[in-house]
Amino acid sequence: MKKITIGLLGATAAFSMMMGSVQAGTLDDVKRKGSLTCGVSTGLPGFSNANSKNVWSGLDVDVCRAVAAAVLGDAGKVKYTPLTAKERFTALQSGEIDMLSRNTTWTHTRDTSLGINFAGVNYYDGQGFMVSKNLGVKSATELDGAAVCIQAGTTTELNLADYFRLKGMKYKAVVFDTSDQSVKGFESGRCDVLTSDQSQLYALRIKLANPGNAVVLPEVISKEPLGPVVRQGDDAWFNVVKWSLFAMVNAEELGVTSGNVDSMKSSANPGVKRLLSGDAGKKLGLNSDWGYNIVKQVGNYGEAFERNVGKGSALKIGRGLNALWSKGGLQYAPPIR
Amino acid sequence: MVSIAGITGVILFLEIRDSLYMPPADHGSQKVAPWNDPKVRSVVFQFVALITLGYFFYTIFQNTLANMERRGITTGFAFLGNEAGFGILMSLIPYDETYTYGRTFFVGLLNTVLVAGFGIVLATVIGFIIGVARLSNNWLIAKAAMVYIEVLRNIPLLLQIFFWYFAVLQALPSPRQSIAFGGIFHLNNRGLYFPSPIPEAGFSYVIWTLVVAVIGVIWLRRWARRRQEITGQQFPVVWVSIALIVGAPLLVFALTGAPLAWDHPSLQRFSFGGGGRMIPEFMALLWALTMYTAAFIAEIVRAGIQSVSHGQTEAARALGLRNSPTLRLVIIPQSLRVIIPPLTSQYLNLTKNSSLATAIGYPDLVSVFMGTTLNQTGQAVEIVGMTMAVYLTISLLISMFMNAYNKKIALTER
Repeated sequence: MKKITIGLLGATAAFSMMMGSVQAGTLDDVKRKGSLTCGVSTGLPGFSNANSKNVWSGLDVDVCRAVAAAVLGDAGKVKYTPLTAKERFTALQSGEIDMLSRNTTWTHTRDTSLGINFAGVNYYDGQGFMVSKNLGVKSATELDGAAVCIQAGTTTELNLADYFRLKGMKYKAVVFDTSDQSVKGFESGRCDVLTSDQSQLYALRIKLANPGNAVVLPEVISKEPLGPVVRQGDDAWFNVVKWSLFAMVNAEELGVTSGNVDSMKSSANPGVKRLLSGDAGKKLGLNSDWGYNIVKQVGNYGEAFERNVGKGSALKIGRGLNALWSKGGLQYAPPIR
Repeated sequence: MVSIAGITGVILFLEIRDSLYMPPADHGSQKVAPWNDPKVRSVVFQFVALITLGYFFYTIFQNTLANMERRGITTGFAFLGNEAGFGILMSLIPYDETYTYGRTFFVGLLNTVLVAGFGIVLATVIGFIIGVARLSNNWLIAKAAMVYIEVLRNIPLLLQIFFWYFAVLQALPSPRQSIAFGGIFHLNNRGLYFPSPIPEAGFSYVIWTLVVAVIGVIWLRRWARRRQEITGQQFPVVWVSIALIVGAPLLVFALTGAPLAWDHPSLQRFSFGGGGRMIPEFMALLWALTMYTAAFIAEIVRAGIQSVSHGQTEAARALGLRNSPTLRLVIIPQSLRVIIPPLTSQYLNLTKNSSLATAIGYPDLVSVFMGTTLNQTGQAVEIVGMTMAVYLTISLLISMFMNAYNKKIALTER
């Protein structure tokens, strides 16, 4: 009997120790796995979208690829996990994904109470409205009483409520789980207005059967800084993601592109040298060619922008706020030194 | 996990061994040491098992809290008092963006209860009709009922919800070209608009008349039953009841000068305004849940009816009962005993399936509270816990009610 009791106590103790969580660094995890698990959207042209061969592309996807290039030396070693707006934070918190790059707005509540950190801004956006052309609406102030389609679990839901309350207008929110469903709702006429970040509206508009039938209203009602997100409390990994994005912006500023990166390697410019070789990588726990790999395999920020959402894409969005700071925009990266 | 299972296994084994142990006879006067006394041992082991299990869950709880704390995730229920700041499409209680997250919980809960409640009633009615039709002697009716059952119960529910929502209701014309029924009801892809009643002075008399009529009908039924038991004479209870419940309030309504105004919906800038409105999300969800569950209920009803021996029908015929009273007085009361338990699980299924609402944007508990509220506050553990507790409570309440009803029916057994 005594033996049993002792054994039981021992088992309980062992068990409670077992329950203590094991939390290794994400950087080591990714290196060990040999691949990066990146949370993306369920399909948003220009930002994260899979083609018929299940190859992902987009501005957000390029951030994932840049991190994979920096850490693993191969931008292709990314496993994409498509997530709805509702699922994204839980997936990150629970460790299901290593990082989230899914047009996610940086807000105070998210930064402070979800146990996550925003690693920069890869697209400065603002919320807008899209309406059907034959409605004859010219401005968002004419939308009193309208039914509005939104995607669940976004800052959009809150901004919309604030805006209509401020203007003393009424609305009916029709909330869908994915952006595909809200587009369908808009297309079938369930709602008069589709609201989302403006970049998304342009992206979703090309998904419509007849894109010419819809217009995006001029009002921008909110600030939506979108960026990649990591778990809080893993500073080494936070640095890696943050500086992978900064490397892309710095590369554009320094004039380093995927085309000229090999010849730039022998550049006399010390800034370029620090980006492409040098000990910046070591301080991040990466190889010294991390910056070279990012630029060679993914390209600089400007290249990624034009390829995915800018002139080289179907979206044709101008640089606007997303131009470099030196060209009147907001994209500004701390120096690598 | 493994260790807990192991410990429980050992304890169970010891208990079984102890209970199998037969004390030798004629040793009653001898004192048995407490550790050899099967009664003491079993109590001790039960107690230890309970403590271990309690400790197990306590550890999980504490660990979750500690881990979330370390990762900087806010915990606790304080968020329920914060302002929600988002709109909800449909609410049975007053709600706008300035209400709290706690309020969104009740808005979602009531929307869930609404669709589940209506769904249960409609599915039961349709299910009974189809189930009886399935056994009809009319070949066409029986086959039609069979086709209904086989088609609907073999198509996934989510697909049916999408069908009703996207293929049927969203294909309706826009508000400007809505289908009008006599200029009173307007059906379009924004929903069904209908005039809402506005009671005026004197309408309370009508309500009171209705209350009195209902009480009168209850009394009448009792009286008629007693009279039939004593004298054998029947009284047309059904017709008199209908006359009382419908006729009396109508008479008072006319006498007081029709004190009821109607708020008719009218076309406004974007859609109809004023009056009442049933949103298409609600209609699609309710319709799909009803049709799907009714197919299962029909099969349960058919099985219940067939479980009553044919001799009962023959005996009823021998007593001179016609078809309808045979079914109503002899077959169905007996088949209910077989029907009620599986019917309960169908009710539970319907209630839980209503959470598919989130797929088409009907603002039920899962969509509003576990969707938007969870995402805005990020407190997954608390919110998922609360939502699970709600479904558990609703299901247990339905079970409790149905079990009570089942007991009541079983008592009539001889």
